Amino acid sequence: MERADPRSRRDAYGSRINRAHSPLLAYAVPWATILFASVLPMFPIASAAPIVPPIGLMTLVAWRLVRPGLLPVWAGFPLGLFSDLFSGQPFGSGVLLWSLALIAIEAIETRFPWRSFVQDWLIAVAIVACDVVAAACLSGARLAAPLFAALVPQVLLSLMLYPIIARMISALDRFRLLRVRILG
Amino acid sequence: MAPPSSRRSSYSRRAQYGVFTGYVIAGVGALIGAILLALSLWRPASFNGPRTVAQDAVAPAAEASAEVRAESLNLIEAIRGYLRAGSQNAELKEEVELARIRLAEAEAIRRENARLKALLGLEEDEEARPVTVARLIGSTSASARRFAYLGAGRIHGVRVGMPVRSPRGIVGRVLEVGRRSSRVLLLTDSQSVLPVRLADGNVVAYAEGRGDSMLRIRLINLGINPLKKGDVFVTSGAGGYYRPGIAVAIVAEKTEDGALARIISDPAATDYVAVEQVWQPEAVRAAATPVEQSVSEANEN
Repeated sequence: MERADPRSRRDAYGSRINRAHSPLLAYAVPWATILFASVLPMFPIASAAPIVPPIGLMTLVAWRLVRPGLLPVWAGFPLGLFSDLFSGQPFGSGVLLWSLALIAIEAIETRFPWRSFVQDWLIAVAIVACDVVAAACLSGARLAAPLFAALVPQVLLSLMLYPIIARMISALDRFRLLRVRILG
Repeated sequence: MAPPSSRRSSYSRRAQYGVFTGYVIAGVGALIGAILLALSLWRPASFNGPRTVAQDAVAPAAEASAEVRAESLNLIEAIRGYLRAGSQNAELKEEVELARIRLAEAEAIRRENARLKALLGLEEDEEARPVTVARLIGSTSASARRFAYLGAGRIHGVRVGMPVRSPRGIVGRVLEVGRRSSRVLLLTDSQSVLPVRLADGNVVAYAEGRGDSMLRIRLINLGINPLKKGDVFVTSGAGGYYRPGIAVAIVAEKTEDGALARIISDPAATDYVAVEQVWQPEAVRAAATPVEQSVSEANEN
């Protein structure tokens, strides 16, 4: 008989001989990336205007839309709590808005179960835009037209950033299910 | 494929209860969030403890990223410098000549100033040494509030209320202090109000942040608006927090009751900043004392 195809014992997540998915990796990666992403806006620039998109929330929404059923509905509570420590918003605004975002996605999903990427993109941008405006209203800042005008670039940047984040999340999702060698 | 959550949760009672409990926890989570939010809007300092601990934890990483940021800024500046060296050289020559004349004038004024002060017997503590010098290690660049984080905290002598300045001008005021990091309210935050005056004149005004990197200058004496594009505002010393005469903003556009001004010390362009002592701690304490209580009584408490 001809030699067997060397890839016959492999799938997208690596060789299947003596290797299995790691539960730690499979469950920790989404939470860890969202936590990391919510600290991220603090680092790159000390700007005089809000311009960096809410990357933490975008990562959460992307995980929820790219891989449904992985994060529980209540994930917004602990993750929002963590993001509040770094976002500069009054404490609790992340908890409230992130919880509402996940509940909203759940409601949208019952109504429209079959979606393409473009629809996911629109959903994500709508949620991020609502979050940015609501966060500005709840931030304790004095509300005036210039403040809202300053939010427009932030929303536009989020619009452009979502496809990139979604691709990164799908790559991370493959990494999450990577087979690792079993010992013993 | 239909997403798994849109499929029915089967006829298993247990699975159905699981889904239902998830929704209940999510709803309760949102409710707790709303309560926390109301609490922290009512008393903004309620959750400072956990927040400062969290900032202290990420401060070393932020410090490293701030260093990279400053280096890359320098690199871009250097490249830009090469590209327009010729025209800049001519401009600079002209500027230096003017500056030399101004410097001579300033020297004369300084002498006169010293003489007049000596005449009046005014003591000025020249050595207003900064409390500490540290990096701006980050900011809340995704939020509508404008806060920056500073890489120095309680162990470096930083206290709440101290002014923060860069070599160019005022950056903001310390809002809360952790062990080795602190949070700074930037001038552009919409809750920041700063008493200022025109650098070459007696026009006094308030500089309020607008939240979009511009300051709104509101004149105290309304009447004919004397401002011009390019006017520079400095701190007036009123309120007691900031020493007078530090650069704040430059007028970009005239409005009906004042002007729109650009901050001189943009936090994005600053690397190291100095934390200074509160200029007149007694005045600040007096301003915080309720009207019913006399200031000397409050000092005793």
